[in-house]
Amino acid sequence: MAKLVYDKNGRLLFTKEMKKEYTLLFPQMLPVMFKLLIRIFETYGYNVEVLNTTHREVVETGLKYVHNDTCYPAILTIGQLIEAVQSGKYDPHKVGLMITQTGGGCRASNYIHLLRKALKKADLEYIPVVSVNINGMEPNPGFKISIPLGRKMIFGMMYGDFLVHVGNQCRPYEINKGETDTLINSWTDRLVEMITNGKGMSIGQMKVNMAEIVRDFAKIERSDIKKPRVGIVGEIYIKYAPLGNNNLEEFLMSEGAEVVVPGVTDFLILKINNRYVDVDLYGGSKLKKFAMSIFQGYIKKCQSTMIDVIKEEGTFRPPEHFEHLQELVKGYLGPGNKMGEGWLLTAEMLELINSGTNNIVCTQPFGCLPNHIVGKGMIRKIKDDYPDSNVVAVDYDPGATRINQENRIKLMLANAKERMKETDE
Amino acid sequence: MTDSMNKAACEYKIGIDIGSTTVKVVVLDLENKILYRSYERHYSKVREKTCEQLLEAKNIIGSKAVKMLITGSAGLGVAKSANLPFIQEVFATAKSVTTYIPQVDSVIELGGEDAKIIFFKGSLEERMNGSCAGGTGAFIDQMATLLNVSVEELDALSQNFEKIYPIASRCGVFAKTDIQPILNQGGRKEDVAASIYQAVVDQTIAGLTQGRSLGDTIVFLGGPLYYYKGLRKRFTETLHLDEEHAIFPENGDCFAALGAALSTDAYETFTFDEIYSGIEKSVSDSITTNTMPPLFETEEEYEEFCRRHNSNAPPKTDISKYTGGAWLGIDAGSTTTKLVLIDENCGILYSYYGSNKGNPVGIVLEELKRIYELTGDRIKIKGAAVTGYGEDLIKNAFRLDVGLVETIAHYRAAKHFNPDVDFIIDIGGQDMKCFKIRNGAVDSIFLNEACSSGCGSFIETFARALGYEIEEFSKLGLFVKHPVNLGSRCTVFMNSSVKQAQRDGATVADISAGLSISIVKNAVYKVIRAANADDLGKHIVVQGGTFKNDAVLRSFETELKREVTRPVIAGISGAFGAALFAKDKSTESSSILSKDELTNFVHKAKPITCKLCTNHCSLTVNTFDGGRRFVSGNRCSKPLGKAAEALPDLAKWKYNKLLSYKGIPGKRGKIGIPFGLNMYENLPFWHAFFTKLGFEVVLSPESSRAVYRLGQHTIPSDTVCYPAKLMHGAVLSLINEGVDTIFYPCMPYNFDEHIGDKNFNCPVVAYYPELLAANVKELAKIKFLYPYFGLHRPKDFKKRACVYFEKEFGVPHSETKEAVDEAYKAYEDYKTELRAKAAEYIDFARKNGHKILVTAGRPYHIDPEIGHGIDELAVTYGFVLITEDSIAWKMDKQPRKILNQWTYHSRIYNAARYVCTQKDMEMIQLVSFGCGTDAITTDETRDILETGGKLYTQIKIDEITNLGAVKIRLRSLMAAVEARKEANNG
Repeated sequence: MAKLVYDKNGRLLFTKEMKKEYTLLFPQMLPVMFKLLIRIFETYGYNVEVLNTTHREVVETGLKYVHNDTCYPAILTIGQLIEAVQSGKYDPHKVGLMITQTGGGCRASNYIHLLRKALKKADLEYIPVVSVNINGMEPNPGFKISIPLGRKMIFGMMYGDFLVHVGNQCRPYEINKGETDTLINSWTDRLVEMITNGKGMSIGQMKVNMAEIVRDFAKIERSDIKKPRVGIVGEIYIKYAPLGNNNLEEFLMSEGAEVVVPGVTDFLILKINNRYVDVDLYGGSKLKKFAMSIFQGYIKKCQSTMIDVIKEEGTFRPPEHFEHLQELVKGYLGPGNKMGEGWLLTAEMLELINSGTNNIVCTQPFGCLPNHIVGKGMIRKIKDDYPDSNVVAVDYDPGATRINQENRIKLMLANAKERMKETDE
Repeated sequence: MTDSMNKAACEYKIGIDIGSTTVKVVVLDLENKILYRSYERHYSKVREKTCEQLLEAKNIIGSKAVKMLITGSAGLGVAKSANLPFIQEVFATAKSVTTYIPQVDSVIELGGEDAKIIFFKGSLEERMNGSCAGGTGAFIDQMATLLNVSVEELDALSQNFEKIYPIASRCGVFAKTDIQPILNQGGRKEDVAASIYQAVVDQTIAGLTQGRSLGDTIVFLGGPLYYYKGLRKRFTETLHLDEEHAIFPENGDCFAALGAALSTDAYETFTFDEIYSGIEKSVSDSITTNTMPPLFETEEEYEEFCRRHNSNAPPKTDISKYTGGAWLGIDAGSTTTKLVLIDENCGILYSYYGSNKGNPVGIVLEELKRIYELTGDRIKIKGAAVTGYGEDLIKNAFRLDVGLVETIAHYRAAKHFNPDVDFIIDIGGQDMKCFKIRNGAVDSIFLNEACSSGCGSFIETFARALGYEIEEFSKLGLFVKHPVNLGSRCTVFMNSSVKQAQRDGATVADISAGLSISIVKNAVYKVIRAANADDLGKHIVVQGGTFKNDAVLRSFETELKREVTRPVIAGISGAFGAALFAKDKSTESSSILSKDELTNFVHKAKPITCKLCTNHCSLTVNTFDGGRRFVSGNRCSKPLGKAAEALPDLAKWKYNKLLSYKGIPGKRGKIGIPFGLNMYENLPFWHAFFTKLGFEVVLSPESSRAVYRLGQHTIPSDTVCYPAKLMHGAVLSLINEGVDTIFYPCMPYNFDEHIGDKNFNCPVVAYYPELLAANVKELAKIKFLYPYFGLHRPKDFKKRACVYFEKEFGVPHSETKEAVDEAYKAYEDYKTELRAKAAEYIDFARKNGHKILVTAGRPYHIDPEIGHGIDELAVTYGFVLITEDSIAWKMDKQPRKILNQWTYHSRIYNAARYVCTQKDMEMIQLVSFGCGTDAITTDETRDILETGGKLYTQIKIDEITNLGAVKIRLRSLMAAVEARKEANNG
């Protein structure tokens, strides 16, 4: 059995031995993308499992071990991890826990520490916690995101974003129910297969694959009924994770809407861009700025590829370039607004409205600090500048009732449908 | 179905609005004439009540074909399971308003749970209250129960008010926390009633308009606004509306139902029976999924449980036979009053437990008279002690001998039953108090903060609203198979969870059990923050009225998986402890009012606003017969006429120091700086900078309620912290003063003091200027400068400042460079002076034998409007007060168990570590409601202090704070420190 090794500050490390013996658990957030990422990790010899648990015990466990005034995503992800460990499904001495760490001034950078506190409370201190980040925080001998692995993860992410993006434009209109998801699944399997064999991991190959994907999706038989489009923006976990937002996407679709969910690519670029902007605003290493601009350039190039492919094929609305979002948000927030989702959240709302999706659900955990500013704080100005915008802010919390959330969303939808009728007439 | 065929057949239009508390049904003919309308409370029997009203309407409709729409928050579920068409209620309301009152600018509608505003002028916009502001009508209901009057009586009372108390308008829990002490200190019900309405008005306007003007003509809708005249009056007065512009339409209580009926045209046609049976059948469709295991599986289990708990009783002595000395203990709690009279062997001669019905003095008077009747001349009261919220009032009213803090009273009682007790938890009506006992002394104390308040009385209020007595109600839940999960955040959230559960078909019994479990979870996971029983102790004693409830006790034991001790007198243990305390004092006679004096007892309470300083405290002056007088609500001793020399208070020194940075007229004109958030830290810096450049710095006025109200309508997020909310009024005040340039930079980074992993500000402090720019329209008319700056890199800052100030004001680089140097120097000077002052105060304390209290919070907590004069209060208890920033520098960086990335918080950790090294220092942490980062810092600070052998005390503050709760915390802290010292000496 792997020995427990600590670093000089007493942090339990994830060792090379553990890499062989342990299963790494990871909370679910983006179902399609995570499937790809897991596969990539596996090819690097990690044994990773994404937790898809949704039962009440997840929240209850979170409430038990995490300060109840902490944001909901912390309660859910930590609850999900600890509940899994305590469920008896795994040997607690053979699991490690993975959690992301962004490193900004938001509470989210503290999730990993809250997880460790929670483990201590639950007498599970012997379980190693692995930070997944792009800043080189908390290194572990048995877990390293090398440049090749990082690059593959970026491609996994791009593919994930791409499938979700075109899938969302098909699903509400498909004539044969379930066809879109079947296609997503089959493409995910194909991509996994490719990734396993080291293929599809260059911009050129990605372009070929994406072109084929978009053609396949364009072939899905779709009705031409008009449905209101509803965008979802918000704190990253609540925005994407069905566990966090009470299956918001499903609810909106059942209410007859087409869901538009801006992808993760921009969030990644934002996190790189922030470090680059910091040097401009406050000074710092020019070298760092240069390195970051290279990194940012690469991902932007990937993003452009994705956009071009969709444009060329012509059936679907493409996402927007990061630069365009930067342009839109001028006059609202400065480029230095980087905590949490930062200016990107506002930019996403503006992009949605500018591309004809006036209806937006702005999701946030109850009491989310950055969202006071970049979410709720900007809605007034957006409404002034775009009188037709139809934004509803919804708080998520262990104690918030679903009926109150749905009633507010229903109001937004009623407006959306009314406007659609008016424009038709 | 073809439309044309059905349209011909349709003869009536029906709108059914099923809200959280009421059902409204409207029937229209094809000319939209109202043929039938109803408005009734459904008491959670949603479907039955709807069907009842439909049956009444059937007399008109007969078997004719109809069109119909269901609306309302509870209607959503009904429509879904009955497969009937649904329209969102705000939408329905808008329809009827545009039909009947087209000239209107906006609509304010209040319902049971939701508040809504619809703006018609300009682009149509609808708003509903956020999650934290839930429960408008439900809130009024609860407050009426609290005052022990019906809602109609509450309304009548409100119209005879003389004074409006400021009551937190955030939510029901906060409001209740404010109201309780006003009542307990003798405030008039009339004033409280009007203040409750005013809180609703403030909440609605602040929370919903968010900067958008309501326009000239406003329509008021919904049950509460239709029925309560007093509430109407508060609205029209607050909004300055005359009769012409405040419209209260006929049928204003069922406008949503009316709108639903009006909107039916495009929908399909039904027969009456289709609708009726659809709704009736929808009952059985519902299942509640979110349930928990039962409390008791069998009757035997329950019997065994009762046997175990009924063994801890003090002996009872017959009062009619006993002769000798007796001691009286009174616990004047927030919602209940308890009295115990004990004999020489601590046997109970007499006890009383009852709701204080908004008049604790009256209850005690009655009970005392009764006690004198029973004791006759045989029994002599040798001592009388009082504890609880009403301690001061009752002590003064009846001339009792001594007052003591609740924690001590409860410990005294617990020790009597279980000398080995090492953990006590008391859940009363308003508060939860838990404390650990180590070496015979109170060791650490956990008190609930505002959000967890009122859990105990919530069950009671809830039971009464459903027509049950609390005992009966709690018993209902003991054996249910599926208690519902109602969450544990606060009673406002629980209340709406209850409503959801009811709509999902949960029974009263399921809810009863669910509520008991929720309260326990709130206590265990929110207040105590325990993951298992060992975090508490081996000998746990539970007390307080809420634990009389077997369901609560059972779920507490289940949650902890440990058996605990509940004395049979759990409900009166505070009073019992007080009586024991009085007896411990072994006085020969008591100063308590005699039997004769009681017959002439007179009590008058008069509300006044203290004008002795800018705090403008709301005082209640109680006068009694014989000239006894008691003033409550004060923060300092000024209104009492005793202007005693106050002990050194560094918070106050800092505040005055900052105010002394006056602007000096210069060549470049005026520049306004909002005095708030990080300006409490950075003012010396910016003041020096701008003064050097030749700007006259104009500070926004000192914060106050008035400043807050000035900007209240521009606040977009009602859950942001109060210090941030004040910034809106601060910039508006500056603009009103004619300042045409305001400087307020965005600063994600703070100074790097090398005591943390990073040096961030919190997101709110960092970016609030951008929020102001987007929400305070007036800022667009002036020059509002909110650049991104980082002072943590002086050289880089200098470069950027040169470029920026040249661009904005044409300042030559050389001048900016000098000003930057000057600014850093001024900031350093300020820090040096602060540290020297702290050293001086510490010295003073040590020379004169005073304890030192360190308040740890953020720089802006020294603002009296934010800190509510907690510092002033603390020094009246004999502490010398210093602030965290004055000592944090004495410790170097040390790894923490959390990411130590905010400068202000790093100071708190370091100050806490320093306090642990000083025998005569104690710390209290100040936390603003809504401060998300404090969910992280509080646990860590507690950890540091407790590991270092100190007590941890947290005080959560918001727009309003209940100083009574602060007093309990401070006194508990002092008592615990004393007890520790004694234990160490002994």
